[in-house]
Amino acid sequence: MKVLNCPLNGPRNISEFVWGGEVKPMPDPGAGSDRDWGAFVFLENNTAGVVREWWCHVPTSFWFIGERDTVTDEIIRTYPAGELFKERVEFAAKPKAGEGTR
Amino acid sequence: MTGMNRLPAPAGSLLDRSKTIAFQFEGRRYEGFAGDTIASALAANDVWILSRSFKYHRPRGILTMAGLDANTLVQVGDEPNVLADRRAISEGLVVEGQNYSGSLEHDSETWIEMFGRFLPPGFYYKAFYRPKGAWKFWEPFIRKRAGLGRVNTAAHHGYYDKEYLFADVAVIGGGPAGLAAALQAADAGAEVIVIDDGARLGGSLTYARCDSNGRSGSALAGEAAQAVAARANIRVVPGAVCTGQFADGWFAAIRGNRLYKLRAKASVIATGALEQPAVFRNNDLPGVMLGSAAQRLIRQYGVRPGREAVVVTANADGYAVATDLAEAGVTVNAIVDLRPDVLPSPHVTKAQQLDLRIIEGSAVVEAIPTLGKRGIMAALVAAVNDDGSADAAAESIPCDLLCMSVGYAPLAHLLHHVGVEFSYDKQTHMYEPGTLPAHLFAAGSVAGACDLDAVVADGRRAGWAAAQDAGFAAGAEPPAPIDRGALDQTHPWPIFPHKRGRDFVDFDEDLQVKDLVHGAADGYDDIELLKRYTTVGMGPSQGKHSAVAAVRILAKEMGGDLQRMNVTTQRPPFIPEKFGHMAGRVFEPGRRTAMHHRHIELGARFMPAGLWWRPAYYGKPADRETAIPDEVLNVRNNVGLIDVSTLGGLDVRGPDAAEFLNRMYTFTYTKLPVGRSRYVLMTDQAGAVMDDGVACRFHDEHFYVTATTGGVDGVYRTMLFWNAQWRLNVDVANVTAAYAGVNIAGPRSREVLQKLCTDTDLSPAAFPYLGVRLATVAGVPCRLLRVGFVGELGYEIHMPAHFGEHVWDAIMEAGKPLGIRPFGVEAQRVLRLEKGHIIIGQDTDGLTHPYEADMAWAIAKSKPFFVGQRSIEIQNAKGLTRKLVGFTLSDASAPPPEECHLVVRGPDIVGRVTSAVRSPALDKVVGLAYVAPDQAAPGKTFDIKVEGGRLIRAKVIPIPFYDPENKRQEM
Repeated sequence: MKVLNCPLNGPRNISEFVWGGEVKPMPDPGAGSDRDWGAFVFLENNTAGVVREWWCHVPTSFWFIGERDTVTDEIIRTYPAGELFKERVEFAAKPKAGEGTR
Repeated sequence: MTGMNRLPAPAGSLLDRSKTIAFQFEGRRYEGFAGDTIASALAANDVWILSRSFKYHRPRGILTMAGLDANTLVQVGDEPNVLADRRAISEGLVVEGQNYSGSLEHDSETWIEMFGRFLPPGFYYKAFYRPKGAWKFWEPFIRKRAGLGRVNTAAHHGYYDKEYLFADVAVIGGGPAGLAAALQAADAGAEVIVIDDGARLGGSLTYARCDSNGRSGSALAGEAAQAVAARANIRVVPGAVCTGQFADGWFAAIRGNRLYKLRAKASVIATGALEQPAVFRNNDLPGVMLGSAAQRLIRQYGVRPGREAVVVTANADGYAVATDLAEAGVTVNAIVDLRPDVLPSPHVTKAQQLDLRIIEGSAVVEAIPTLGKRGIMAALVAAVNDDGSADAAAESIPCDLLCMSVGYAPLAHLLHHVGVEFSYDKQTHMYEPGTLPAHLFAAGSVAGACDLDAVVADGRRAGWAAAQDAGFAAGAEPPAPIDRGALDQTHPWPIFPHKRGRDFVDFDEDLQVKDLVHGAADGYDDIELLKRYTTVGMGPSQGKHSAVAAVRILAKEMGGDLQRMNVTTQRPPFIPEKFGHMAGRVFEPGRRTAMHHRHIELGARFMPAGLWWRPAYYGKPADRETAIPDEVLNVRNNVGLIDVSTLGGLDVRGPDAAEFLNRMYTFTYTKLPVGRSRYVLMTDQAGAVMDDGVACRFHDEHFYVTATTGGVDGVYRTMLFWNAQWRLNVDVANVTAAYAGVNIAGPRSREVLQKLCTDTDLSPAAFPYLGVRLATVAGVPCRLLRVGFVGELGYEIHMPAHFGEHVWDAIMEAGKPLGIRPFGVEAQRVLRLEKGHIIIGQDTDGLTHPYEADMAWAIAKSKPFFVGQRSIEIQNAKGLTRKLVGFTLSDASAPPPEECHLVVRGPDIVGRVTSAVRSPALDKVVGLAYVAPDQAAPGKTFDIKVEGGRLIRAKVIPIPFYDPENKRQEM
């Protein structure tokens, strides 16, 4: 069984982790076509090569990012999310007239 | 006396001759010694037939004597497919053969072999399907004859367990290479674990070999074992077979009923090489065995392997076999050497000194069977031509034992498992490993070293390198072996096809040379295709003796180059593993609330809710149908108490707490006043409903948010996922287990609570519906929530978990004069259904979005963002395909439908029932169901398909069913 090096807990059996999908930038949810939004929610690039993924160490509920080569299944690097996400994220207020009333 | 074939000591190194053991085989009683395996004890008693072959029911016996073939599979009591040459005898053991009708000795199914022509590989693709329906007729007949042992489905589940091992350096294989590696690594300071499948350390030293000074293998084995025992940092796991290697130095090994899981920083694979059989007519019968098998019988088990022998060989080891046989009292009638010129070696000299007849440049082309093929009585020997074929003219040499020492194949499975590629060496005629991945080393004959000195030197180097790799500085690198001694060990073509067949390549599957030739001619010209078409290598021994021969034959047929062909991919497990090994002991963790013992005392029937155990109802199972409605009516008319400790609880704190909840849930919380709660609904990114609960504001910067029992862990994980990206100033703590909780519900619940809660005004004006308070109950600081899940006046009381029992007792005591009674999960489900409240995961599925479930009221209209917001808008714009509605039955006396009964309209399925019950409060059936959007208005009818395909009519009615004005919960 593979060993994954958790940035918080050190090397642990991979059975202690849950995979959280590719790290994908969220498009502006208020803009863009429905099709683009659907692609963001459902589609993955399925890259053959190095990908950046979310991983969670389940016993400690610690989310972090891992870079992995999907061809060799080698885990290249793991690091805390703070390395990529440094700024507070805001969502612009949009007035919605008569929206969603059903 | 335990057997006429028993040799005197010192033969039989594994035996304890002071202990005699009696056992049964095929109904007859035999005796052996402690240390005997079933096969060796039977051999000592001149019993050589152990099984009947899979297809042709030919008698089979010892081949490897090492548990590496399937000829020795027997049934031991309830356990099928036991390797007789691995399983030790024990007092009273009852052993039977497998795969026969009548008896093992006289199998009445041997007639099948006469129809061999009609059973070529793939026969089931070419026959039995015409005329139409023919397979239905043939299949049961054929199935009855397939398979080997018998499974008793009522057999008692045995005890199995697992052990976890950790090592700096793992050495797989305790032969000369492995022991040398282990000692070297241990001397460098590493913690070493050696896994060896023998009863004694030493590998091939325990039955053969001698070093360049003529010292015997057993002496060398004894020395090495002592050296290993003297080192505190070497742990040996004997009698364990390593069945697989997995990622990052993770190994599985089996010994008896124990599965070992080993994690090693660096490993040395020293598993050795397996002798390969020669292919000639009748090479499968009892009496035909590997040279090493005969040596094991003599040295390890003290059994004379036969009376008259012929040895067919292509290396010096065959001569050692011959001299061992002669010294054990076997008459060696000939040594048949496939090589045109015999190379000199000490073993050859010894054979010559014993005056054994040596026939050079010749091969055994056929073994002549005795009556019934229960053994052999002679070997036909013919000269080998330059092209590898045998002459027609043959000499018959009498023998009842035929030993084959024609070559080796590395037991490289553990290397295959991690993707090591192998290449064929045209000089040595063996496959050798290519580049090894990090932290992995190989030594000995598995890596192509055969000469004993080379093997030991190889082992030292590998042990040194592994220790180094694991971080232990180990001095200078030991020297590489000068001569690996791999030449002249393995013959490139020990295969002599016979025009009348029965020249077996794969014993497990009864495959002859022509079967492979025809398979290739049928178009299956790649080894992976040929394997699957003919099933070569797919039997219990998984190609240990057939893989290389199959590739050789295919190469010859296709004119291919062995250097560009490979044996088929080897995958774990190396030997058969049982389900019991995987399952181990059954551990079922369970979570109990703080009030668990009170529920037991009150006679609760428990049900699992995830890992938690919750009372379903209180009372005997026989009274279930009355107990639950009674609990329901007690809540509606009086006061009841339910343990809700398992419900999720999250403390969300910080300046951004409200903003965080706004983004995680569909509703808004910025303006929620302190002291109030609000429903929370969580949707996922695709807009599907995930979980619900209530958010209670105890402070500007503190919300206590509840979640479902099964959903809270996922909710917590999702919250942390999003905030890892949003970086809001908020902290989320999963305090589910830190708080115990009860819900006291019913019109008289306030009366009871007032007795226990004196510091807070519980009047409806001061503490209205949906309010939340911090209050003291029975002296314990608690969080009080007025919620309406069951539709009566009620309070959820959340207290620190270690006070749970105390508060429960206080409430039950205070409520006693009013007739307070506990109620369980089943009653609660009825109560909520009477109000039409949904349960996430029961009334919603993985695709339900809020509009389908009439939850649009919980969606905020003008929030900038929440998880799922955009997706919900898209779903809504597409229009509904189904709608969750409340219903009752048109026939008031009909029983309630069950969950997942379908809602049908003509030939179409338009929905399903999600919850239904006969309501005690309303005395009619109520439920929730998905229906087509045009059936969703109150008054519309629809059909439900119930048991037996009957249709019953239902009518849509408004929700809530009970107390539509919600007056009772807002009292």
